[in-house]
Amino acid sequence: MGQTLAEKILAGHSSKSTVRPNDFVMAKVDLVLGNDITAPVAINEFLRLEAKKVFNKEKIALVCDHFTPNKDIQAAEQVKYVREFARKHEITHFYDVGLMGIEHCLIPELGLAKPGDLIIGADSHTCTYGALGAFATGVGSTDMASAMALGKAWFRVPLTQRFNYTGKLKLFVSGKDLILFTLGVIGVDGARYQAMEFGGKTIDDLSVEARLTMANMAIEAGAKAGLFAADKKTVAFLKSAGQNVAEIKPDPDASYYKVYDFDVSELEPQVAFPHLPENSKNVGEAKGIKIDQVVIGSCTNGRIEDLREAAFILRGRKVNKNVRLIVIPGTQKIYLQAMAEGLLQTFVEAGAAVSTPTCGPCLGGHMGILASGEVALSTTNRNFVGRMGHPRSEVYLSGPYVAAASAVAGEIIHPKEVL
Amino acid sequence: MTITGRVFLFGHDIDTDAIIPARYLNSFELEHLKKHCMEDADPSFAAKVKPGDIMVAGKNFGCGSSREHAPLAIKAAGISCVIAESFARIFYRNAINIGLPILEVSLEGLVKDGDLISVNLENGTVFVKDKELKAQAFPEELMAIIRAGGLINYVKKELKAGETYAK
Repeated sequence: MGQTLAEKILAGHSSKSTVRPNDFVMAKVDLVLGNDITAPVAINEFLRLEAKKVFNKEKIALVCDHFTPNKDIQAAEQVKYVREFARKHEITHFYDVGLMGIEHCLIPELGLAKPGDLIIGADSHTCTYGALGAFATGVGSTDMASAMALGKAWFRVPLTQRFNYTGKLKLFVSGKDLILFTLGVIGVDGARYQAMEFGGKTIDDLSVEARLTMANMAIEAGAKAGLFAADKKTVAFLKSAGQNVAEIKPDPDASYYKVYDFDVSELEPQVAFPHLPENSKNVGEAKGIKIDQVVIGSCTNGRIEDLREAAFILRGRKVNKNVRLIVIPGTQKIYLQAMAEGLLQTFVEAGAAVSTPTCGPCLGGHMGILASGEVALSTTNRNFVGRMGHPRSEVYLSGPYVAAASAVAGEIIHPKEVL
Repeated sequence: MTITGRVFLFGHDIDTDAIIPARYLNSFELEHLKKHCMEDADPSFAAKVKPGDIMVAGKNFGCGSSREHAPLAIKAAGISCVIAESFARIFYRNAINIGLPILEVSLEGLVKDGDLISVNLENGTVFVKDKELKAQAFPEELMAIIRAGGLINYVKKELKAGETYAK
């Protein structure tokens, strides 16, 4: 019997030729990732292990992106701790202020996540790389520490749920809307412990950027990974990152725990209401909700395509006087590209603040914290209680088109209404 | 070993931002994490919790971030065991890795805040009033990590046993 993408990759990295759901495997990892919040804890555990060295200095990525540029003394100490470890162990892929970007925007851009790779990261959104056909999953700091020493980790092979999408998407509907819609159907634990595998004609037509957005939020359904076949678009995307890779896809006779078929030709832009990403509704149902702040960026929607979408709406328009708009390009390369295309000028002229890459406001870290009673619309991934600031603030989630249009209107609105 | 403790009851989908808000992740000192544990779900939790208390919750406990600070904060607060109908995957893995006892069984409608309940961690039995509930058994692979007292001890043993580094 055939294998799903998740099964293929896990089998390929263990000593087994095939694996089945619920098998335990000890598998070699191609990349171990950590950030300025999770890596310090991992480094402590690594020291407790008394391992003399890391398994491979080229297969560890340390990206200081969460509270950087350092938001306070304690954050600075944590980054210093990571920096010293990186220097001591000569970690090739250590990214500090100036070079760093939001890890899940940066890693694909650097070509460090490839089809068929097995990647673990001490960051829940590590699942993003599933968009490139990698099995990538979030773990904690202790797992990261162990993998930094051993170069392998244990996995329970997940069941796979298959999501097929057909139909041509309407204008202003993209990856974010597809994943918010899907979360609305299956819920925040709808794929708990399982792999999500995305496909269908709509996905074939989708850009790699939009797929990265979708895979990024697989964790919001509790999934272990969110995978896409690697096709011509994936190969081209990675070619521009300096990697020559082959296409991979699941076996046609792979066995799925569940199969969903969605016709998304009539799908409207989606907005997830507080306080769970599963609370997604058509944008029309959110019409008129007043907002205080809009954030466009993050590992979910901080890529060049996202900034182009936002700029398309904002060009020649002004941000509403009651709204603060914060735009955060995901990496320095994206920042430069946005500059070259005139997008940054569009944002600033519209009255937005443009920031250096950081996860900052997405997790209520810095660079745009909400006061009590404030409401934000954000292109980020989570709208839990207190996620972006005060426990009595509220976060709505959407894609960049809706976010930009709403920043202009001062309330949540369908993009077609501001054009 | 049977533990008896007071129940702190929480609902479904308790996320890691509720367990330890990200604004406190600028340090991983246990005293610091303990002070802010569950702050956005129950601001009085840190002041009320006593060593040995038991946390009870609904489905998908610990969803969201991979931050190990979440189970670390709960452990530092003195919670002896977390019992939930189900756990989010990364939290589940982290709890086992750091040696925070967890049991997967639904106590919905059976307990309220402050109730005294008992737990036998060895055989995964929860005693609530006159009822005995069996938690989901851990697979043998995970039991090995649990018995070692967490992943670090487990891996250390493996390193000592001559396990070579991956090339």
